[in-house]
Amino acid sequence: MAHNNEMIADDIIGYLHAHENKSLLRFITCGSVDDGKSTLIGRLLFESKLIFEDQLAALEADSRKVGTQGDRIDFALLVDGLAAEREQGITIDVAYRFFSTEKRKFIVADTPGHEQYTRNMATGASTADLAVVMIDARKGVLTQTRRHSFIVSMLGVKHVVLCINKMDLMGYAQHVYNEIDEDYRAFAGLLGIADFTTIPVSALEGDNITEHSDRMPWYNGPTLLEHLETVDVETDDQLKPFRMPVQWVNRPNLDFRGFSGQIASGVTRPGDRIKVLPSGKESRIDRIVTHDGDLELAVAGQSVTLTLADEVDVSRGDVIAAADAPCEVADQFEAHILWMSASDMLPGRPYIMKIGARTVSCTPASPKYKINVNTLEELAAKKLGLNEIGVCNISLDREIAFDAYNLNHDTGGFILIDRLTNETVGMGLLNFALRRSSNIHRQAMVIDKVARAAQKNQKPAILWFTGLSGSGKSAIADIVGQKLHALNRHTATLDGDNVRHGLNRDLGFTDVDRVENIRRIAEVSKLMVDAGLIVLTSFISPFRAERQMARSIVEDGEFIEIFVDTPLDVAESRDVKGLYKKARAGEIKNFTGISSPYEEPRAAEIHVDTTKASVEQSASRIVAWLDERRYLG
Amino acid sequence: MIHVTHLQRLEAEAIHIMREVASEAENPVMLYSVGKDSSVMLHLAKKAFFPSVPPFPLMHVDTTWKFRAMYAFRDRMAAESGMDLIVHINQEGLDQGIGPFSHGSSVHTDVMKTQGLKQALDKYKFDVAFGGARRDEEKSRAKERIFSFRNAAHRWDPKNQRPELWKIYNTRKARGESIRAFPLSNWTELDIWQYIYRENIPIPDLYFAAERAVVRRDGMLLMVDDDRYPLAPGEAAETRSVRFRTLGCWPLTGAVESTAATLPEIIQEMLLTTTSERQGRAIDHDSSASMEKKKQEGYF
Repeated sequence: MAHNNEMIADDIIGYLHAHENKSLLRFITCGSVDDGKSTLIGRLLFESKLIFEDQLAALEADSRKVGTQGDRIDFALLVDGLAAEREQGITIDVAYRFFSTEKRKFIVADTPGHEQYTRNMATGASTADLAVVMIDARKGVLTQTRRHSFIVSMLGVKHVVLCINKMDLMGYAQHVYNEIDEDYRAFAGLLGIADFTTIPVSALEGDNITEHSDRMPWYNGPTLLEHLETVDVETDDQLKPFRMPVQWVNRPNLDFRGFSGQIASGVTRPGDRIKVLPSGKESRIDRIVTHDGDLELAVAGQSVTLTLADEVDVSRGDVIAAADAPCEVADQFEAHILWMSASDMLPGRPYIMKIGARTVSCTPASPKYKINVNTLEELAAKKLGLNEIGVCNISLDREIAFDAYNLNHDTGGFILIDRLTNETVGMGLLNFALRRSSNIHRQAMVIDKVARAAQKNQKPAILWFTGLSGSGKSAIADIVGQKLHALNRHTATLDGDNVRHGLNRDLGFTDVDRVENIRRIAEVSKLMVDAGLIVLTSFISPFRAERQMARSIVEDGEFIEIFVDTPLDVAESRDVKGLYKKARAGEIKNFTGISSPYEEPRAAEIHVDTTKASVEQSASRIVAWLDERRYLG
Repeated sequence: MIHVTHLQRLEAEAIHIMREVASEAENPVMLYSVGKDSSVMLHLAKKAFFPSVPPFPLMHVDTTWKFRAMYAFRDRMAAESGMDLIVHINQEGLDQGIGPFSHGSSVHTDVMKTQGLKQALDKYKFDVAFGGARRDEEKSRAKERIFSFRNAAHRWDPKNQRPELWKIYNTRKARGESIRAFPLSNWTELDIWQYIYRENIPIPDLYFAAERAVVRRDGMLLMVDDDRYPLAPGEAAETRSVRFRTLGCWPLTGAVESTAATLPEIIQEMLLTTTSERQGRAIDHDSSASMEKKKQEGYF
């Protein structure tokens, strides 16, 4: 037993004081059931946690009933059986387990090891100080060992333990240990895993788990538990430059203004010079305020409230950093992204990004490549699917303070959220800022949009017609264009014919290409708005997210969404171009309404119901709408 | 290097979670059930927002069958914290005379606790509710997220949970959806006790052994806390030195015989004891009502 029952019985106060100073180690176990992962975790729980009598009785009964170890206790049963998890339907998940010894408390993230659970392993690894990579002594370094190690290294888990299990089945032979250790060393070098500890064990027999094994006298290193109890996990974070993302502005009254957050790295003391980012304003730490009294020193991992010597503007999401070693500030990056959603990551689509306490809009470009997690090969990719890892450039709607992920996980790791479903769809690691943003200086022009619009006596805008194929978008847009022309207004028209055959002739009709199609149209429309024109675009533009993106790149009031609402059966019965017939026959793939979705606008500025109004009536209504709102001068 | 202990890391994590909720929720609330976990949560809330008062109210979903000592303790703690205390009772259940003796633990808990909680959250339109649940309590909790989503009908969908990466929490939700936030997810029972001891956090006296009037029924020692206890023929209250490992409705919460009258003695007893925490609760033995099923239905 790792808990000293005699001390508990004789000197509980002494025991409590000793235990108060325990540290915490969070680790992840990488391996599959076949490697003996469940047995290993079960044994660690059993040997170090206090197993209650009722639990032990249940375990013994289960071992006899369903165990695989004859009359012996089957430790794997302490960890949920995979079959039971499958019944619950939550196999694809992370379970957290807890145990403690005299020296440490442990939190184990237990995740499935198969390739389809890459995202779950990454989730477990994101909070781990250490990773235990399991290897079956009979099999050596396998494809899955490489995959697990790659994810561990990508997420920057600092400490790796290579656990060579089932040594009992290999006669406890030293050469087996040496060969696997060497194999792994070569591979770890490629991944930049600088340091790892190799421990030969038998989880089943209990060799080198908590007790040194008599059967491997050639091994002089620590047992697994000894290593877990003693590895240093604190030093690195405290030695890094000071960073604290501001979570909450603490303002109980007019005399107190503090900034609350958890220190991401480094240490701070009253009087330290700091810089608030991204604004770049400097000040000094005045006080470190806590409920237990002011501190003279606060370190990485602590949640504190800081006050500053000067009245500096600081809000949630800002980062307070050491003035002599501040974070960088940028709005375009290269990043590693692991996609976690069944809906693909679409380049050009804006997602919500959360990094530290900051929430911004993030648009990924096409992946530079994706990574085969088994071979580490770089493969060409147009999008990222579930569990795929790729390298992409991303662009944000504003500047943020950041560090490269390999320097600081808290200021370099982010999640991506889908705007419509609110799901967490991806995780990402910032590699570096692209210098492009600072090199392209926007030239301030004397003749600008306002000047051009004034000359034309109109308010420039985009009239964005959206609706099913055959709904009448182009017909209505054409009449609106004629009416505006007759009123001496300056317009331009973008539609499938003039865009698909020219600017976008390289694009098809997959979801990825549809998103890029709309992105280009939106950007061209924006340039035309800058030229002072009223732009009429008629595209199916089936996805809300892209219409939202087009809206977001122009100023308020410049994007007028016009929903040309025609029910599918009506549009199909018109079938002006004969496209529905072909789509139904399977001759056209990804046809909106048939084999690809159309997401109706929820709050279009103008809603045209073509079953109730003619093309002419609809066009007149739109022109009247524009006139009422002073777009026509 | 400054050594950061396991309790300091757990404390910092819980505070981080509370501040995220305070920053991102529209209308958060802290569920307060008067037990030791609630005591720790309230203490952490004071620490998280000091010198401000925590920017949310406390809410107790009262079944009307709590120990009298719990009500007194609750009112004192709320007053000392400076936070608003909302007490919600399921009036329909009360009108129907629902109670543990007349209707059994299952119906009583469902109507007065589960339905009562849903009513209260709907009534006050709370979008995030803090709860004191821990992952080590029960198998189905081991996989529950720190930010756990409930649909408009307050149901939990274990198959559709969002991944939680690093310490970044996605708190976005659609209208009608709500979140249960569990800042004590990574604490164990020993951590809770050790923290109460270190921080000197007040807890109800019922946790400490004292001479109390109890009746032995169905293998449990039940305390006769008020005159609603229907004694069976031949049953009589006897005075014994007992204490409670968990606190709930008094007719459903078994006492254990004990002489542990101080915190170290309680912890000592817990560490040397041979049965796990939830054995004292009648509700978990009710075979028709596994924790997981209850949770899907909206039990906290």
